[in-house]
Amino acid sequence: MRAVRKIHDVSCTRIPLMTLTMFTLNAFYGLALAMNMFIIASGLNLIFGVLRVINFAHGMFYMFGAYITFTVAKTWGAPFFVGVLASAAALAVIALVIERLLLRRLYDKEHLMQLLFTFALVLLMSDAAKMIWGTDQYSVGYPPGMGGAVNLGFVMLPQYQLFLCMVGPLIAVAMWFVVDRTRWGRVVRAATQDREMLAALGVNVPMVYAAVFTAGSALAGVGGALAAPRIALVPGMDATIINECFIIVIIGGLGNMWGSFLGALAFGFVVQFGTVLAPNWQDVLPYLLMLVVLLIRPWGLLGRPETGH
Amino acid sequence: MPQRRHLIASAIVVLLLALLPLAGSRYAVDLTTEVLIYVLFALSLNVIIGFTGNISFGHAAYFAIGGYACAILLTTYGWPLALALPAAVVLAGLVAAVVGYFCVRLTRIYFAMLTLAFAMLVWGVAFKWKEVTGGDDGFTGIKMPEMISHHVGYFYFTLVMVSLGVAALWVICHSAFGLTLVAVRENSVRAGFIGVDTRHMRWAAFTVAGTFGGLAGALFGMYHRGMYIENAFWTESAQVLIMVLLGGIHSFVGPIIGAAVLYLLQTFTNQYTPYWPTVLGLILLVIVMVLPDGLIGLVRRVKARGGRS
Repeated sequence: MRAVRKIHDVSCTRIPLMTLTMFTLNAFYGLALAMNMFIIASGLNLIFGVLRVINFAHGMFYMFGAYITFTVAKTWGAPFFVGVLASAAALAVIALVIERLLLRRLYDKEHLMQLLFTFALVLLMSDAAKMIWGTDQYSVGYPPGMGGAVNLGFVMLPQYQLFLCMVGPLIAVAMWFVVDRTRWGRVVRAATQDREMLAALGVNVPMVYAAVFTAGSALAGVGGALAAPRIALVPGMDATIINECFIIVIIGGLGNMWGSFLGALAFGFVVQFGTVLAPNWQDVLPYLLMLVVLLIRPWGLLGRPETGH
Repeated sequence: MPQRRHLIASAIVVLLLALLPLAGSRYAVDLTTEVLIYVLFALSLNVIIGFTGNISFGHAAYFAIGGYACAILLTTYGWPLALALPAAVVLAGLVAAVVGYFCVRLTRIYFAMLTLAFAMLVWGVAFKWKEVTGGDDGFTGIKMPEMISHHVGYFYFTLVMVSLGVAALWVICHSAFGLTLVAVRENSVRAGFIGVDTRHMRWAAFTVAGTFGGLAGALFGMYHRGMYIENAFWTESAQVLIMVLLGGIHSFVGPIIGAAVLYLLQTFTNQYTPYWPTVLGLILLVIVMVLPDGLIGLVRRVKARGGRS
């Protein structure tokens, strides 16, 4: 209580500092945003790490995840978490079909062609979304039992954001475990190193690629589904999110999962505190952060310098 | 130095275009004006893509800066065109120089992501800075000088400006500078060994591209008597990128043809369906899958086959 009083005093006399309550609440919102962003960005990062493809359509996958959750949970009246699972499943199927039918033909071509391919996906899927859901704005309510807040005495923490703060690290640890501690993860890591060698050892590398693309895209679906109660669902939300994901993976370092985690945290706090302390500037601040990182470490906080390839 | 037949051919094209208003069709004049603007826009982008081998996903940013700056200087500040236009072009070039400074530190995928991120930043500024840019209502009611307010007058003005722009780009691309860029594109390590500052070269190319993109944007804004935030959105960047790729990146005339074909196709498609992005996505898919060197490449291949048989 004394700490609270002290900050209050300062805020009265000098520059208006935040109260402890405000600070905690904002840090908490920032954390929730960061965790949501991490779930999305980690999928993008995973796909890049193995396939060396930056999926421009990742934001579109996120948007589909959110919209599918809306359809399942709002229109069909199913429980929210059924919507989340449905989004993940739907995105996994979409991604698998795209990979098997088209993307796999492009692995041997230039990077540029792969980038452009995912760009074509963005164009096609944005129209598909328009055809299916129209251009109205939608919202998905908080799942039942998560609309309230947890009282910590000096601050009320909303339950849904608390839930996000738990899911994010859970996914991070799960990804770390799968990639670093299982046989399957070893194969995936080997595929990032030398896929010819891996194929020579009898591993079905195309299946590894397909699986990683599917899993990464499903993460975008989950990220979109979990974001749905927090945000308004509008056409164009994909473009915002893909940029934010780019900022996060550039800050953290492409291909490094913990880098994305760090990048997401930095992004979440900068955006949240930026909104409070410097409104109107909150959209610019993440870019400034990115620029600073780029100037000091062009390959990101935890990334490795570019090689010749 | 330009070959004589090239000069003669260009002169004939410009002359024929100059005769167009005599046909008396307002529609043809307006359509050609827009095609000319897009030709310049696409050519400016090709300085980065075709000559440095890096893909910019955010070229609309400089188009928008040129367009907005010219519009604002003419209307809000009442500057004469002779000052507003050069100022807008210089501003676009300056912003491109600043953004390019960061982007050229990295190549390939990072470069593509960064250009897109910066373009979204420009879009965000145009969107949020309502007092100056008009926000999502757009900046309308541009004050035009009497001389070029008539559509035929504006057509001639555009023809002159675009011809000068194209000529300047031709000279730049075929100068020692342009050839050095090609060397950097083909083998940047080797270019570095023979003493070329590759990063500097790519920076200069980025700035040149942004400058001429700004000119195209200024012409576009005045033609439409307004600038809208969609002109800064990534879809605009995608469109011009596809123009360049459709025509073919490894030739000077490729983007000119690509711009004309794609723009006419868009005008045609929009009469029948609102789903232009789908068509655009399909075109991009075809380019990626079967036409990596664009229409020019296709013509060359057909010619080569004809010559052999």
